[in-house]
Amino acid sequence: MGNGTSIGRVRGLGSAHSGAGNWLQERVTGLASLIVSLYLLFSLLMLPSWNYQTVRGWISAPVPATAMVLFVIVNFWHARSGLRVVIEDYQHDSGKLFYLVALDFAAFAGGAFGVLSLIRLALGA
Amino acid sequence: MASANQPGARNRPLSPHLQIWRWGPAMLVSILHRVTGSGLSLVGLAVLLWWLGALVSGAAAYATFAGVMGSPIGLVVLVGLTWAFWQHLCTGLRHFVLDIGAGYELETNARWSIITIVASVLLTAGTWACILAR
Repeated sequence: MGNGTSIGRVRGLGSAHSGAGNWLQERVTGLASLIVSLYLLFSLLMLPSWNYQTVRGWISAPVPATAMVLFVIVNFWHARSGLRVVIEDYQHDSGKLFYLVALDFAAFAGGAFGVLSLIRLALGA
Repeated sequence: MASANQPGARNRPLSPHLQIWRWGPAMLVSILHRVTGSGLSLVGLAVLLWWLGALVSGAAAYATFAGVMGSPIGLVVLVGLTWAFWQHLCTGLRHFVLDIGAGYELETNARWSIITIVASVLLTAGTWACILAR
């Protein structure tokens, strides 16, 4: 194990055993997003109208409400996984940590707003 | 990144980037996957939250949302999101195939890359044909 180059300092240390976490999350949430996104698209296309009453009636029903809660969670999770990789690829200085934390805050805040809205709709607020 | 803190790290040779490589279909769809994913995350999820928030707020807020989305700019955004969705979906499926180690032969890779572009345009056209026929 050398102490010169970056690769020299880590060579021989083995795997950190946590590197594949976000990679795997990105794939699994991507697959889940495929399902719920197509569900939303086809549901919207099959609605007789997109006026307030019709859309609200549809989204308040148990199955669409459940699917839309999953839609919000899955897609905010997937967006967070993907944008995390984008930040890690382009942001190498001390700003990286700031952007990663800001991304986490934004993802959780957006997801919370979406889920709360759907709960209020489902409970008829 | 640890190396950025080392003295002289800035002078290390960099691997060639976009301006060096000759453009090919695989490179294009790889970039499109990232661009459409970022667009869907930043614009698509914002539209989603506005839509849900407007539904909760009531008929007036929903009318405002529907009015903006029905305006020329709103329609450009929605068509753009539709295309980004299908492109990201197609290239995402391509990535699943690449992840299992298949499809790296030059010709196969180029062919499926082009297919994702053609498919996303056709699916976008099909989606909006369904919408306009309503």
